[in-house]
Amino acid sequence: MSETLVSVQDMKVHFPIKRGVFMDRTVGYVYAVDGVDLEIKRGETYGLVGESGCGKSTLGRAMLRLNEPTAGKMVFDGQDFSALKGEELRKMRRRIQMVFQDPLSSLDPRQSVESILIEGLRAHDLDEGKESTSKRLRELLSAVGLPSTALRKYPHEFSGGQRQRIGIARALALNPDLIVADEPVSALDVSVQAQVVNLLEELQDQFGLTYLVIAHDLAVVKHISDRVGVMYLGGLVEEATAEDLYAEPLHPYTRALLSAIPVPDPVVEDRRERILLAGDLPSPANPPSGCRFHTRCPWRQASRCDTERPALRELKPGHKVACHYAEQIQSGEIQPHEVKPILVEEGDTLSPDIPLVGPASVTEALNP
Amino acid sequence: MALLEVRDLTVVFQRKGEEPFRAVDGVSFDVEPGQTVGLVGESGCGKSVTSLAIMGLLPKRGAKITGTVSYDGTDLLKLSDREMRDRRGRDLGMVFQDPLSSLNPVVPIGLQVTEVLERHRGMPRKEAMIEAKDLLDKVGIPDPNRRLKEYPHQLSGGMRQRALIAIALACRPKLLIADEPTTALDVTIQAQILSLMKELVQDLGTALVMITHDLGVVAGLCDEVNVLYGGKVVEKAMRHKLFAEPRHPYTHGLLASIPRLDAAPGEKLTPIRGSVADNIPWTSACAFAPRCPNALDVCRAETPAEVEKLGRLLRCHNPVVPGTPAAEEVPV
Repeated sequence: MSETLVSVQDMKVHFPIKRGVFMDRTVGYVYAVDGVDLEIKRGETYGLVGESGCGKSTLGRAMLRLNEPTAGKMVFDGQDFSALKGEELRKMRRRIQMVFQDPLSSLDPRQSVESILIEGLRAHDLDEGKESTSKRLRELLSAVGLPSTALRKYPHEFSGGQRQRIGIARALALNPDLIVADEPVSALDVSVQAQVVNLLEELQDQFGLTYLVIAHDLAVVKHISDRVGVMYLGGLVEEATAEDLYAEPLHPYTRALLSAIPVPDPVVEDRRERILLAGDLPSPANPPSGCRFHTRCPWRQASRCDTERPALRELKPGHKVACHYAEQIQSGEIQPHEVKPILVEEGDTLSPDIPLVGPASVTEALNP
Repeated sequence: MALLEVRDLTVVFQRKGEEPFRAVDGVSFDVEPGQTVGLVGESGCGKSVTSLAIMGLLPKRGAKITGTVSYDGTDLLKLSDREMRDRRGRDLGMVFQDPLSSLNPVVPIGLQVTEVLERHRGMPRKEAMIEAKDLLDKVGIPDPNRRLKEYPHQLSGGMRQRALIAIALACRPKLLIADEPTTALDVTIQAQILSLMKELVQDLGTALVMITHDLGVVAGLCDEVNVLYGGKVVEKAMRHKLFAEPRHPYTHGLLASIPRLDAAPGEKLTPIRGSVADNIPWTSACAFAPRCPNALDVCRAETPAEVEKLGRLLRCHNPVVPGTPAAEEVPV
């Protein structure tokens, strides 16, 4: 058994932007995920963080082939998962399960908890007779901290935290190796968030699970993860162990992100130095040239940043960063400067080099 | 005298064929001129309803509001609709959570800003346009001349929130109420908006009521903090005191359940058991008792009174002794 469970190689997901009625011409692409490499070791928790629109959820979905990746592959436990087809793929899916963000919309409101949990067991021929199945269901519920009376209830009868527990039980039912949790706690109140975070940790110890946790909240990710990858506009900009990332962020974006998170302690808050990023996230349909972050980077240099896309390189053992000037920034040789915010057009998603030809609607086609 | 004095504010929603629901249950707090006051709590604690009641934005039918909200000496709850309309936007500004749904989608940003200036300050359109441009500039919207002519959907979330702040501050109100102004935004944008609000409030001397569920936001911004639970203020203190020594088990539990960026590795979170659904009515008990690790028999038999002790206002029979760790979670 090798140590690496999941290996993602140069994964790309580009969504076509279509225009026109008759021909569905593709006029551009949204570069949601644009070349990501990562490895997840057996038994660890890998946290993927980034702001909305950075492609973290798309990456998670592409790994599970809920969206087909445009390029790149994922190797799961030595097998090329992206090349699997039909029955083989279906069988393999048992080993990779997912927990979704919104527990209410990811549970069928007309299915009882029993039926939700049993569905996966049946699909994978794990339903071996009434008695053993009902024992298994009880085990599952007690593992996620729900009473066995929950079996006959429906999702609307539970609170948000309990619904998320049902979602987790459903993922656990098939004895998976990897659980991909996409924003597992962001829809919950803070006091309940902690319950679910602790539950995920306990289950990992109990069943030896491997997690990929996708979240926007760096504090949650730091708490739950062994290693963390930070994404910005479709690419990984930094990857390190959770402690290293917090103690010594090397990428300018990670620094800004860490400094932006409020800490519930006035003493810390008063002392903190904030790195405020200018402007908004550029559109992933028209990403900046070179380093994707250079339009907002306070450490931006005159050369290389806007022309050459930095690759993820290992600066220290286990600590990778995609920045041309990471060493100089860390040593203080390059100091931050003022950045003028650049206008980001909402809805202006097309790259300007694509000529717009042909009708854009039926009316336009009929009355040229 | 305080700028805003909320006394015993109670909002009861009457529902046909159902028990009336007390969303806000005797909330009192003061806001001094230029002060920033926080209202914190989880969903359903009544923080938003409190702000809507102060602004007179609750429906007349269905919501029964009692108590007093005196602003500069006048009771806002006794004003007529017409008088209240004159004050909203002029004396009291408000910023809501979702900037897209609080801006009019079919009116250009510029017109939405000048509308306030024309209505309350009687400015002619031309003058108002120039003022509007200055306002957008002040809240950090690049290229304001162009943005004035654009519609809300053409702006990003952060820019929309800035535009909303510009509208709220157009008449230099003495009081600004911000209801979860950054919850819909990303962290880096949240940091921008919070630092902008801090700056503007300082420059204009505006008092701010900050409503949020995020204790981190409160820690950096507010002078005084009110922690709400089940429609009542359970703990009220100056921020340094509150965060250094939370005495109410709920405040204490909330702080222990938040993962902190500066926590030591491997530190466990201590959640509060159960959920808001477990609450019991305040009428003859403490609503938090079923979830409280410190609960005594008296907590289920008697409503705790709001008393001033330990250098703060506290509504608890058995406050937390500083230094004790939060109780371990009992699986439900």
